Amino acid sequence: MKFTWGWLNDHLDTTADMATILDALPMLGLEVEGVVDKSAALAPFIIAKITATAKHPNADSLQVCTVNAGGDDIEVVCGAPNARVGMVGVFAPVGAYVPGIDLTLTTAEIRGVTSNGMMCSEREMMLSDEHDGIIALDDDAPLGKGYAEWAGLNDPIIEIAITPNRADCLGVRGVARDLAAAGYGTLKLLKFDEISTDGDSLIKWNIDMGDDRVHLCPRVTGRTFSNVTNAASPQWMQQRLTAIGQRPMSALVDITNYTMIDLGRPLHAYDADKIAGDTLTIRLAKDGEAFTALNDKTYKLDAEMIVIADADGVDDLGGIMGGARTGISDATTNMFLEIAIFDPISIATTGRKLNLNSDARYRFERGLDATSPDTMMDYISAMVVSICGGSASKVAEAGAGADWQRLIAYNPSRCAALTAVQIASSKQAEILENLGFTVVQDSDDAWSVQPPSWRGDIVGAADLVEEVMRVVGFDEIPEVSLPRLSVVATPAVDAVQKRPHTIKRLLAGRGMMEAVTFSFLDAKTAIRFGGGGDALTLVNAISAELTTMRPSIMPNLLAALMRNNARGEGDASIFEVGPIFMGDGADDQRTSATGLRRGMTAPREWTNAARPVDWADARGDAIAVLSALGVDTDSLQTTTDAPDWYHPGQSGVLRQGRKALAYFGAIHPEVLQDYDLDGGNLKGGAAGFEIILEDVALPKFKGTARPLAQFSPFQQVGRDFAFILNQDITAEQLLRAVKGAGKPLVTAATVFDVYQGKGIADGAKSMAVAVTLQPTKATLTEDEIEAVSSAIIAAVEKHCDGQLRG
Amino acid sequence: MLPDLDQLKESAIASIDEAVTLDDLDAIRVDTLGKKGSISNAMKSLGQQTGDARRDAGQALNAIKTAVADAIDAKKRMLSRAVLDEKLNAEKTDVSLTPRPESVGRIHPLSRTLEEITAIFAEMGFTVAEGPEIESDFYNFTALNIPPEHPARQEHDTFYLTPDKTGKRKVLRTHTSPVQIRTMESCTPPIRIIAPGRTYRSDHDATHSPMFQQCEGLVIGKDIHMGHLKGCLIDFCRTFFGVDDLPVRFRPSYFPFTEPSAEVDIGCSREGGGLKIGGGGDWLEILGAGMVNPKVLENCGIDPNEYQGFAFGVGLERIAMLKYGIPDLRPFYDSDLRWMRHYGFMPFDPPSVHLGLNASSTNTRGST
Repeated sequence: MKFTWGWLNDHLDTTADMATILDALPMLGLEVEGVVDKSAALAPFIIAKITATAKHPNADSLQVCTVNAGGDDIEVVCGAPNARVGMVGVFAPVGAYVPGIDLTLTTAEIRGVTSNGMMCSEREMMLSDEHDGIIALDDDAPLGKGYAEWAGLNDPIIEIAITPNRADCLGVRGVARDLAAAGYGTLKLLKFDEISTDGDSLIKWNIDMGDDRVHLCPRVTGRTFSNVTNAASPQWMQQRLTAIGQRPMSALVDITNYTMIDLGRPLHAYDADKIAGDTLTIRLAKDGEAFTALNDKTYKLDAEMIVIADADGVDDLGGIMGGARTGISDATTNMFLEIAIFDPISIATTGRKLNLNSDARYRFERGLDATSPDTMMDYISAMVVSICGGSASKVAEAGAGADWQRLIAYNPSRCAALTAVQIASSKQAEILENLGFTVVQDSDDAWSVQPPSWRGDIVGAADLVEEVMRVVGFDEIPEVSLPRLSVVATPAVDAVQKRPHTIKRLLAGRGMMEAVTFSFLDAKTAIRFGGGGDALTLVNAISAELTTMRPSIMPNLLAALMRNNARGEGDASIFEVGPIFMGDGADDQRTSATGLRRGMTAPREWTNAARPVDWADARGDAIAVLSALGVDTDSLQTTTDAPDWYHPGQSGVLRQGRKALAYFGAIHPEVLQDYDLDGGNLKGGAAGFEIILEDVALPKFKGTARPLAQFSPFQQVGRDFAFILNQDITAEQLLRAVKGAGKPLVTAATVFDVYQGKGIADGAKSMAVAVTLQPTKATLTEDEIEAVSSAIIAAVEKHCDGQLRG
Repeated sequence: MLPDLDQLKESAIASIDEAVTLDDLDAIRVDTLGKKGSISNAMKSLGQQTGDARRDAGQALNAIKTAVADAIDAKKRMLSRAVLDEKLNAEKTDVSLTPRPESVGRIHPLSRTLEEITAIFAEMGFTVAEGPEIESDFYNFTALNIPPEHPARQEHDTFYLTPDKTGKRKVLRTHTSPVQIRTMESCTPPIRIIAPGRTYRSDHDATHSPMFQQCEGLVIGKDIHMGHLKGCLIDFCRTFFGVDDLPVRFRPSYFPFTEPSAEVDIGCSREGGGLKIGGGGDWLEILGAGMVNPKVLENCGIDPNEYQGFAFGVGLERIAMLKYGIPDLRPFYDSDLRWMRHYGFMPFDPPSVHLGLNASSTNTRGST
């Protein structure tokens, strides 16, 4: 909401200066968004008249003007096409800073002629973008006087943000009332001349809603103004409207706009002569009924929308926008004024359905002063008559009035209970009364408080406490640290909530950058990565790239690497721990830990340590994460059925029994192609992993004490075996056979060599295993070692069809 | 015949001194201490002596034997060391070369900020609560006292999902406040929770992201009042920003789910064009808060005549930007490696109350 300092002072009688008021407003809940004071910047600009012009001797497009700025004649070179003798405009003398051209004027030679200042356009003063010529003022504007003061531009403009509950402060008067209640002056009475009425209104009201819908329009008043002149509105009104960014139109339009800001009261003015018949009916529209609004757009209505119709049909969407057919024009001589109350929810619903916003709707849907059709009619009428002349009829009215009166039970001790501030009952009552509330003190601790007609937002005791406290000031509330629940703080997260933190540190420690990416992506990608569907698709996405809740984080990481690659960084390792969505239910959201490495493992350097990223990096990441989650990773099984965005031959699923815990592998080359992450001058591979944390069971907490460590006093022994196996036998199968056969002596077994090629038959391979034997009862004898070796060899032969390599 | 013992010793020591190689030294050892060496031979001739002379000569010879052996050992160490020195000298390398590459990733500023917040509120007895990001209209709005067509809804720029067969449409939660409702429905007071998480609004420009993160807070008890709200949030702001005397201001505001409601500003200075958190006469809005509206308590089955409390919400990006000097919102979600390296945090120095909550502006330096 914008208004000017002078405007506020129309309603507030105060000795406080503007700085004090600007400090007070936010502490009352009216946040100051900005203050524009043009007076200093415009101070050098004065009103001047062009008394003579002559052609510039050296330039066809320039004139040499003689200017009278209230003193001696001044010679000015001027290039404006509209400069002419007798024109009154705005003059910037030598020494003036002209903001639009960022220049402090000096006496200057322009093509051989001395110029002592300049005549200005609006753009040069940064008042608007207007630059077709210099400003032309009224011929009787006082020469030599400051332009800003004459034009009303030195009244500072204040903009405040109004929260949705404070409809009463969508008018300057409401702001003044709040300030007065807080002790910053007194609210002036609305003064106006008594108007004489001249006969019944030409137009009458009829509310045709049915008994059960009375609340949709509980009250409307109207009045015909005859023989009005709808010329330009007075300069003071134009100046204020211009200051707050509204374009002055004509007196009648300006009066309705002015009143909306002044009193927060939207009005509608009809051209009474264009109304068919003598009655305006307020009713619900018929389905399919249409009308053309003042914005020249045609709207198709439904049976829930409040409209106003004459004998020819609908021509007003109640509380939102009037119709083009019955609207006023400059030629209007008989005007009918509407002041109505409509149901806020109905207005909001209609506005939303039609996607039609207006300043009127904004105020109606937040709730107006319920009594305003009656209390404001004469004030507004006096303004119409004083500006446009003519005569006013008696008031036409309909509706019994809004049911706004209500009593709120209030115990003044509630204030201290909620805020810890002790405020005397008498002080609380005084504050409420200053804000327009009626306080009936039935007893010390049982009050009945009636909110004023303009405070529809006040519904309970907590609201009254807020009213009292915002006037007293939130600064009065004491600072009380929360009492400690325990001497030593307990953890804020449980074991499940801790896991993302652990994983993030683990993966960052493994060299990966943590990314946070959007939870939505484009529909095609969602489907490609196993998701999509209506239930997860937004109906009002802001872009086609962000329509569908993601089924996987992997595509976002691929896209991130694509962007980095485009910046010349082809090698990258990134991860994200965040949500993915399997459905729209409250239990369908999962937390995924996803990582992606691409390119070479390191930059090129002298040790040549860098190698291309491959699936084994991703498997390592996945196992590290699972291990950190407490999974016994030695007992996991690998299957090769990872989703199809992985390389089919270089990917896998880590399973605990049948349950999939992690996908890992090289990324499918077609997917890489989609993200421009293949070929070209890119080196290396791309591999990633995905773990859904909910799929990994939380290990049972068995206390903090570790099982007793039992270290054998006997030396461990290592033995190596090489086997010839069918190439389809996996390392996991081989090691399972080795470990199984060697129990309990074998404590570790790892594959240290895999070989296919010369010396090995086609379709076969050699795998070499290093086995660690740990005796616990006595040092191993050669016989014992021989026995376990034989058992291992026999098991590999039996379970893997493998032969010891000769 | 016993040789001249002094001469025996002197000649042995002299030859040891003259030895140049380990081979020379070994030859000397054989010549002196070997089976047929000079000292060994002298030992053998002791048998020709008798009485005290024999004893005295034996003692003298033993002393010579020990002295020569020690001299050989000493010389041997010296010669070995020289050989080693020569070898090591030949192994000289340019040690200004870079070490083998290792990489350390970075923690995203939002994760860091969330951990700091969690650490602070853990100190104050809060636990973390969570809720779904795809929410029902009820939890996101109605239960929070934002009925359909309420003007406050328009300010939320809500993302809607496709309606189901019955016409019901879910929303992407526009704030973390629905977690308040879910918590109050499932827990009995007293309650102290924070609820961090992703939130969504259909707004995308320099200062708005369609996805952003908030942290909600909720405290419910029998005697929790607005003084506690103030104390709790002042304690939080001063700890989080690491400024003991940080001015914190509470202004009346409006949220449908709190009454009274407040916006919370922290002090700052904009002198010289830069923004500095602390005293300085200017204010920065960082939080919304208020006493939980009795209607919201009722909606959750909590008796507002018995219980009351406060709630608050803070934008993580905003306070991360303020604390860590990050000028622009948009890169938070862009995964630009350069940005991550510059603004990200080392994983080995997580925030904690005992080791400190405020990462130094230089802590991101190091290898990547």
